[in-house]
Amino acid sequence: MSDIPKLTRKDFISHRSVRWCPGCGDYAILAQLQRTLPELGIPKENIVFISGIGCSSRFPYYMNTYGFHSIHGRAPTLATGLKIANPDLSIWVITGDGDGLSIGGNHFIHAMRRNIDINVILFNNRIYGLTKGQYSPTSPQGLRTKSSPMGSLETPFNPISIALASEATFIARTFDTDLKHMAKMIKRAYAHKGISFIEIYQNCVIFNNKTWDYATNRKTRAENVVELEHGKPLIFGKNKDKAIRIKTFEPEIVSLDEVDEEQLMIHDEQAPSAIPYLLSRMRHPNLPEPIGVFRDVQMPTYEQGLLAQIDEAIQKKGEGKLSDLYHSADMWTVESTKE
Amino acid sequence: MLLESFYSDLPKIIIASEDILTPGDQPRVLIAMNPAALKANIADLEPGGTAIINIDTFTAGNLKKAGYDSNPLKDGSLAGYRIFEVPIITLNRNALAKIEGMTQRQIDRSGNMFALGLAFWLFDRPLKPTKEFIAKKFVKKTKVIEANHIALQAGYNYGNITRRFQVRYRIKPAALKPGTYRRVTGNQAIALGLVTAAKKAGKPLFYGTYPITPASDILHHLATMKNFDVRTFQAEDEIAAIGSVIGAAYGGAIAATGSSGPGIALKTEAINLAVMAELPMVIINVQRSGPSTGMPTKTEQADLLQVMFGRNSESPVPVLAASTPGNCFYIALEAVRLAVRASVPVFVLSDSYLANSASPWLIPNPDDIPNIEVSHPTKLNSDDEFLPFKRDTETMAPLWAIPGTPGLEHRVGGLAKEPETGDVSYLPEHNQQLMEERLEKVEKLADVIPEVPIFGQTKGDMLVISWGSTFGAVRTAVERLEKSNMVASHVHLHHLNPFPPNLGNILNQFKRILVPELNMGQLSLLLKRRFPEHTYLKLNKMQGRPLMIKDVLDKLKELLGGVK
Ligand code: SF4
Repeated sequence: MSDIPKLTRKDFISHRSVRWCPGCGDYAILAQLQRTLPELGIPKENIVFISGIGCSSRFPYYMNTYGFHSIHGRAPTLATGLKIANPDLSIWVITGDGDGLSIGGNHFIHAMRRNIDINVILFNNRIYGLTKGQYSPTSPQGLRTKSSPMGSLETPFNPISIALASEATFIARTFDTDLKHMAKMIKRAYAHKGISFIEIYQNCVIFNNKTWDYATNRKTRAENVVELEHGKPLIFGKNKDKAIRIKTFEPEIVSLDEVDEEQLMIHDEQAPSAIPYLLSRMRHPNLPEPIGVFRDVQMPTYEQGLLAQIDEAIQKKGEGKLSDLYHSADMWTVESTKE
Repeated sequence: MLLESFYSDLPKIIIASEDILTPGDQPRVLIAMNPAALKANIADLEPGGTAIINIDTFTAGNLKKAGYDSNPLKDGSLAGYRIFEVPIITLNRNALAKIEGMTQRQIDRSGNMFALGLAFWLFDRPLKPTKEFIAKKFVKKTKVIEANHIALQAGYNYGNITRRFQVRYRIKPAALKPGTYRRVTGNQAIALGLVTAAKKAGKPLFYGTYPITPASDILHHLATMKNFDVRTFQAEDEIAAIGSVIGAAYGGAIAATGSSGPGIALKTEAINLAVMAELPMVIINVQRSGPSTGMPTKTEQADLLQVMFGRNSESPVPVLAASTPGNCFYIALEAVRLAVRASVPVFVLSDSYLANSASPWLIPNPDDIPNIEVSHPTKLNSDDEFLPFKRDTETMAPLWAIPGTPGLEHRVGGLAKEPETGDVSYLPEHNQQLMEERLEKVEKLADVIPEVPIFGQTKGDMLVISWGSTFGAVRTAVERLEKSNMVASHVHLHHLNPFPPNLGNILNQFKRILVPELNMGQLSLLLKRRFPEHTYLKLNKMQGRPLMIKDVLDKLKELLGGVK
């Protein structure tokens, strides 16, 4: 039991042919998970991928692990029941901006607050892909789509802000084009006990191409993205000459030449959630958008608590005996009567 | 064993420890502690029934507050009943006069106990269990215990000593099978049944649910049974509840959810996922009056077609219905047994009436309850790959392979499948085959469903078919027909899908068939679909109240009138 055979990427590739559009950002995420999972040292049979409905939700079919392609928005609920039934499993929920934040919005926030030890990866492409191009809850206001030919009227959700408001204990963001960073985030999410949430900026080449271009394009990326690293200042820019300072509750960009280091914001993954919340509000084009771990704090997990209550009940009452249970009420006896 | 147990704990007379006696049907005795109680309950009292009036409270002021323009005790409006005026408060005060240090209020509070004691005398029931209950409930309050004991005894003695009551209702000891009994409500019995089933399967019980009237008590009961490895989960909504149950079933737990009609409606899409993924679980619908929010605290049995057909496409599921509170225990066990056998979600129909009323329950010996065999594959079932949807030839069920099993990694989901591999397939013949397989495994459950017993003659003019909580009313009505020199036979169904294997034969033996239901004809429709050669006479009631013996008796007399 103790010896886990060494696994490779190949062990995680299922025999199903992958059916995403050529050029879809999903391919990179799939490949990177297949590459990273063998490094985690989890027996393959203990890994389960659960998804809802949408382009990203086809994911479980392509992983040669246990997998459940469920219904629209509900993957976190299946994951929760499964984790309670078998806490030894490593469970990965794959969702999208429509699946996770629109139809499944309620399950999303409650999975976050319960701190059950599952990993939720949200592929955010700011569009409905599978249903062929309607605006999603993360689409920018004004986006013209089939269902919003004159521009979307709705204010988009900010997934990181929602996760924070929902008390998630691990929250990170990465891109489909930055494989190394993505692998780092996957490993961190796995290492975290409790709910782990990763938002991945993912490109839908067909219906919302280049929606994240400012952040993923090599030419503009350095100016538009800042990488969060615990204990370090938020330095960015092509020449690494800019940083973030928080003054009067608003992050602002400062030039490193002009500001003393002690004025810079130093990233702290355990900071009170108001701080990562400010970071989550940093949006292009006003500010660079953070990637990395926004928050990583340790709290008791739901399933630990539940099992502890079961242990406590057994300690107090003894392991359940049916006959005792049946007899734990007022009783009376009916004697047999002779005819 | 199991079959017999379905029929062994018929409700007789229920004595409720409140100021109103509701033997579950039209009560024979009403104890009205005040005018308001009389007003609210007199309509339920059976014609000619006994009303005991706490005359001390029938003041002009109280009568007015209760909305009486004239005193019903004087204006003749209670002419159809036997009325006994008893000064309960006064008698109780006298009885408790010798206890020192009690305020008038405290003394008067035990007036209910006096009434209960009187009721116990009327129904010839021993006081001992109640006295013990009181002693347990008020452990350290010796004065309260003493006062309640005295009040209870005083009420009983009053019945015994005064010669006023000509009626006394005797519960024949032979009516109940010998053994040790306790009371259970339907919701309690379901909880006990689920825990028992999980234990008998050697598995943890997972119960995922969302609060809803009248099902929530099942959760409350189970939440106190954690030392049985019961894992309860209060979900954020109805959909999350069934989602968590699907996840837990996928993980190998004995998994169940409970709700009521509106909640079941919300769970519909996910139930179909469970049907497609072919996972065993139990879905309890404690029916209440609808549609929409309807009368949430009132009873009805109108969700039969909802659970049978209320999902998109073809979605066959077994359906069971409990007949008495105690029977809920056996139905929960039976549901788990069938769910595991066919690897399918099984519906259990209870209702608000069963859920909340208590009936005597013959406490079973847990060793007599058969184990529920569960097996999970651990090895490949073909030369080179694992075929999760390769079916057992006898049950037609697929394999229940659970995550954590090395070498059997596979994917399941709601998309159409290829037979055996379960790989996604849209081929027309694959879809057809899977539809038939899912239907067949449910129909094959008839192989292990007990034959339904027939009450009365096996052949004749009139057969009454009922299901669910109307059991007691229908059975008693059929019994009482005898007094009018009429006969009918009775079949009560616990298995509604599939039907018991001998049902068709039974139907063929009768000229006429009456189907009384608390809906507009749902079982009739299912019977018509399965046995179209018969005509089904209907008795439909939708008033948010249980079916009464009188309802059935009147209908039968009307139909049988002239036939002696
Ligand atoms: S529609 Fe967009 S998201 Fe979906 S597979 Fe194609 S490119 Fe990817």
